[in-house]
Amino acid sequence: MCRLFAAFLFALLAALPVGARADQVTEAVAALASPGFDSVRAGVEQLSYSGHPRAAAIIGALQAGKLFVRTDKALFVKQDDGEFADALSGEVAQPGGLKQVRVNNSVRGAIDAALGVLRLFAPDAAARREAAEAVFKSHDPAALPALEKVLATETNAGAKLKMEQARAAAVLASPDSAEADRVAAVAVLRLRGDIEARGFLASLSGQPQSVTEAIVTAITGIDRMAQAWSVAQSVYYGLSLGSVLLLAAAGLAITFGVMGVINMAHGEMVMIGAYTTFVVQQFMRANTPGLYGASLLVAIPMAFLVSGAVGVAIERLLIRWLYGRPLETLLATWGLSLGLQQAVRSIFGANNKDVDTPGWMSGATELGGLTLTWNRMYIILFSIAVLASLMGALRYTSLGLRMRAVTQNRRMAAAMGIRTPWIDALTFGLGSGVAGMAGVALSQIDNVSPNLGQSYIIDSFMVVVFGGVGNLWGTTLGALTLGIVNKFLEPVAGAVMAKIVVLVLLILFIQRRPRGMFPLKGRAVES
Amino acid sequence: MKLDRTAWLTLGLTFGVPLCLALLNQSTALSSALHVPTYVIALAGKYLCFAMLALAVDLVWGFAGILSLGHAAFFALGGYAMGMYLMRQIGTRGVYGNPMLPDFMVFLGWKELPWYWHGFEWFGFACFMVVLVPGILALVFGYLAFRSRVTGVYLSIITQALTYALLLAFFRNDMGFGGNNGMTDFKDILGFSVQADSTRSALLVISAMFLCGQYLVARYVVRSRFGKVLIAVRDTESRTRFLGYRPESYKLVVWVLSAIMAGIGGALYVPQVGIINPSEFAPANSIEAVIWVAVGGRGTLSGAILGAVIVNFGKTWFTGVLPEYWLYALGALFIFVTLCLPKGVMGLFGRRTA
Amino acid sequence: MAFNLPTISRRGLARLGAAAATVAAVGAVKEAAAQGAAGTIKVGILHSLSGTMAISETTLKDVMTMLIEQQNAKGGLLGKKLEAVVVDPASNWPLFAEKARQLISVDKCAATFGCWTSVSRKSVLPVFEELNSILFYPVQYEGQECSRNVFYTGAAPNQQAIPAVDYLMKENKVQRWVLAGTDYVYPRTTNQILEAYLIAKGVAKEDIMINYTPFGHSDWQNIVASIKKFGSAGKKTAVVSTINGDANVPFYKELGNQGIKATDIPVVAFSVGEEELAGIDTKPLVGHLAAWNYFMSVDNADNKKFIDAWHKFTGKPKRTTNDPMEAHYIGFNMWVKAVEAAGTTASDAVIDEMIGVSVPNLSGGYSAMMPNHHITKPVLIGEIQADGQINAVSTTPGLVVAQEWSPYVADTKDLIGDWRAPLKCGAFNVKTGQCSTGKKA
Repeated sequence: MCRLFAAFLFALLAALPVGARADQVTEAVAALASPGFDSVRAGVEQLSYSGHPRAAAIIGALQAGKLFVRTDKALFVKQDDGEFADALSGEVAQPGGLKQVRVNNSVRGAIDAALGVLRLFAPDAAARREAAEAVFKSHDPAALPALEKVLATETNAGAKLKMEQARAAAVLASPDSAEADRVAAVAVLRLRGDIEARGFLASLSGQPQSVTEAIVTAITGIDRMAQAWSVAQSVYYGLSLGSVLLLAAAGLAITFGVMGVINMAHGEMVMIGAYTTFVVQQFMRANTPGLYGASLLVAIPMAFLVSGAVGVAIERLLIRWLYGRPLETLLATWGLSLGLQQAVRSIFGANNKDVDTPGWMSGATELGGLTLTWNRMYIILFSIAVLASLMGALRYTSLGLRMRAVTQNRRMAAAMGIRTPWIDALTFGLGSGVAGMAGVALSQIDNVSPNLGQSYIIDSFMVVVFGGVGNLWGTTLGALTLGIVNKFLEPVAGAVMAKIVVLVLLILFIQRRPRGMFPLKGRAVES
Repeated sequence: MKLDRTAWLTLGLTFGVPLCLALLNQSTALSSALHVPTYVIALAGKYLCFAMLALAVDLVWGFAGILSLGHAAFFALGGYAMGMYLMRQIGTRGVYGNPMLPDFMVFLGWKELPWYWHGFEWFGFACFMVVLVPGILALVFGYLAFRSRVTGVYLSIITQALTYALLLAFFRNDMGFGGNNGMTDFKDILGFSVQADSTRSALLVISAMFLCGQYLVARYVVRSRFGKVLIAVRDTESRTRFLGYRPESYKLVVWVLSAIMAGIGGALYVPQVGIINPSEFAPANSIEAVIWVAVGGRGTLSGAILGAVIVNFGKTWFTGVLPEYWLYALGALFIFVTLCLPKGVMGLFGRRTA
Repeated sequence: MAFNLPTISRRGLARLGAAAATVAAVGAVKEAAAQGAAGTIKVGILHSLSGTMAISETTLKDVMTMLIEQQNAKGGLLGKKLEAVVVDPASNWPLFAEKARQLISVDKCAATFGCWTSVSRKSVLPVFEELNSILFYPVQYEGQECSRNVFYTGAAPNQQAIPAVDYLMKENKVQRWVLAGTDYVYPRTTNQILEAYLIAKGVAKEDIMINYTPFGHSDWQNIVASIKKFGSAGKKTAVVSTINGDANVPFYKELGNQGIKATDIPVVAFSVGEEELAGIDTKPLVGHLAAWNYFMSVDNADNKKFIDAWHKFTGKPKRTTNDPMEAHYIGFNMWVKAVEAAGTTASDAVIDEMIGVSVPNLSGGYSAMMPNHHITKPVLIGEIQADGQINAVSTTPGLVVAQEWSPYVADTKDLIGDWRAPLKCGAFNVKTGQCSTGKKA
């Protein structure tokens, strides 16, 4: 590590045109220590070009909120062990009366740019790539020499590409570049082709004629590509919305579709799943911080068990008295849902709860012209997994066999020795448990509040009815159709109108096919 | 039509109690022990309007087997029609003093009254729309639904979709119905100030009259030959069809009638509570109306009225004395009624009557 | 029908019984009210404890209970104890009106603190005017209203939105604006005002994008993508968000995931405070902005005392405080001062005494009640921190006086509100010399 750091420092010193100048460093430190964001910003810029060996450490500390100033304007860095070190010497010190150096957005921008330049020589390729991206964003012409230097030795293809793009941006931003270089730079950015490249190109002004023409062509080209990708992007949005609807409705497809119980408290099962996630995270943060990153994976089975147990309890205490009176279960479960909401409100408070998104679920990845956000990507995968295991459980396990037997012909099943009341309870528990797992997924994209379930209950019923009661494939197709139609309508009609149009289409569809897309056939239908 | 004692009692109470309240409010001094505060008058008026909605729900659910989870939509549409009349009555007394445009339109920078607002300055036209708008919507929706034999849960869910779509639509400011804020700050109705105690008392008595009228109409319908067929449809639709009746026509007629009854309830509701806004379309409201009927006793008209009054009185009472726990009480009431009183409160007092 | 004769009397009795119970219950309410009136002064608290708005309003109920307790510990008011009357309007707007009537006419509350949404305020407004009682409304709102019976302790648009836009123009050189809001009256008005303001500042019409979404909107993928696209036109872009309550969490989550950082496209929000941020992981949001008149992070002795008391009262050392809570703190102290000056809780006397009352606010200064029933406030622009707090990065040099009638809306630019004698008018047209509110004072 030490050796790497030394190499990094050496490279840094070699790269920069000027060595460390004492007066520049003093000036920079004075600026950092003065109040006012403008002077802090100036300090960051000065320090980054001073070539001081601890420049990166100091700026990094500022970024992390760990740079402090003493009343006599000396700077200190708070280290990971809680000790303070003198910013310039790195020696451990025990100063008193420290105040944090505060930053705002414009300082943050300067920090990103400075760190970008300083870290271009980092030993880790990923860090170099990130640094190059930061330089691209700042497109500071002063970074050009460093870029040229690092490009000469760069071997990692990904990092090299980013560096070339950063160089192109800096070339275009610099007042002294040659015209031919500029045209070449535009071509590099045209190839990059994303929204940032477009934004940067569009912001350029006062370029020579040939360059301006190249820029206009490049922007048109990028826009055309974006247009072409936008259909795929809408499909992704639609799939993502559809998978959320599917998760919310899958449990209902069991309790309502298979058992015929109109469970208005279904949304509350989802909510209980989300709160279980919250509790699991709180517990793991306090007790097993090392495994915190896997908290969601722990929360999934926990949510299934908790919501499932609540479901079994509801079935045993309430719903079993109401079989054969489906519409009355609606009323009783509505009462129950009011009670559950208020109970959660009394226990956890009315505010939203903060459920963390683990690092591996944050951010997005680019695929061609598509932006795929990780959390939604995982939700799509998760919904597929839930659906597959649900179907597997119904088809291949003995419990699934019994469930199907009871729903098809209760008396016959009872005659064959199946304990129908027990199966009823388990089926209801299964549906509720699936709803609980949906809650884990929803905690990643929506509020975790007592009202969480309410906002999904109507949509869930629509999905199940649209797909055809009693058919998981129907539910799946229903959810995806509604999601995609909604997302294609949204840009045209606006978010509200899209939803209204979907509802009206749904009503009309039910008039045409009164039992959904995949109706159950046979005599059971009439009853 | 011969009235039995149940009917006389229902009529007597639904008309007599509000009348007494109104008279006591008007004729006694504030300090008198017998004085009924205006607060009670306003509450009673609200209950009666809800009772009309309950009656409408009971007519379709109790007697034709159509569980509507969107009846509040008709109630709200009736309310909006009346609200539009009341808005136009404000005239230049609005905040911006614009003689034509309601405040919220001035506020959004609209220059002209949208076409669908014309005519609402006349009370007669507004009353006509109170009946027409819910009626037409019910006719179209019912025609499509019953013709293609959408029944049971499917019908319940699409009625919910209907009210949900209307909720979203009325939330939009661009619709020209005041968006989320809806319509409020009404000044007067037919020249009488809506805030005056005498107007409130009068509205209460009028609501009571309408409720009695609706009760009589509903009672006449369900006891007629037509009503007998309806009950047959409710019990076994396919058998009725095989006997040569057309269930969809019977259902459609009672559905439209019920929607109109709900609309009238909404129209009387608005001047008494002083606001109409899209949350009246909320699916939860429709479900609650069904619950009133279930509490009172499905399939008994007096039960619907009783249920609406009991549940709403409970709500008023609990939100005041147990603000943090009232939802438990309300939830428990619903569970208790469905589990232990399948025929509702009316079921306690004897066999089912219409 | 003869056959059910035997049951009739029972049925009838039961109905009579129910009716009697109703009457008895109403009587009981009256009696309870009468007893309470003897020894205490009642203060109504009209905040939703259930339904969609409970999420924001429950805290305000708690803070009011705390303030009333503190006042009682100091010896009450006019030698009497204060008594909080808490009701639950359940996020149901007609119920707000009904509960307001109950608080005033049945419970005889001297003043009421309550409401959050504009529609709830609009719903109770006629009740407060009719029964001549006092309402303190603690939330930032769209303005365009000036009632004699309401004291607006939250910000008017000019006390929040315009300084925030000025800050972004100056600090971040923003030239392109997305005005994103929930489709209701507060965002509509604020955006209308901001659009006029930006155009007056020389921003071109095509550099302003306005977007409205429904309440509780939870799927922001398209909209965030279109903001990103709008921001790629080569000019520095910022989002001015008037997105309401629940919809914010999914909005910010989507912003974070699609990689929109505050250094690229800053979002300045007018409805997001510490309370809302407590429900989000704020690390991806560092640097996004909020404009309020108070932040929990404000460093002064009064605020520290308030926060300590709040933590002690709730028993939760991490409970946040926010701007509407501060508004109730100011409003309550103003009311106490006005009642003491008037020597009575009678509405007319207190309303007259209220104007000119000045009490310390928690941002380190004094707020005064102006003749337009709004208060003077400092405007703070803050950046969201990783710990969910908001740190002020800019404070207006002095206090800002509220403009209840917007100068940017054609129909209201000549109106002023002044409830002092002799004008006593909520909407006085300075051009025509007419008082256009129907309300006589």
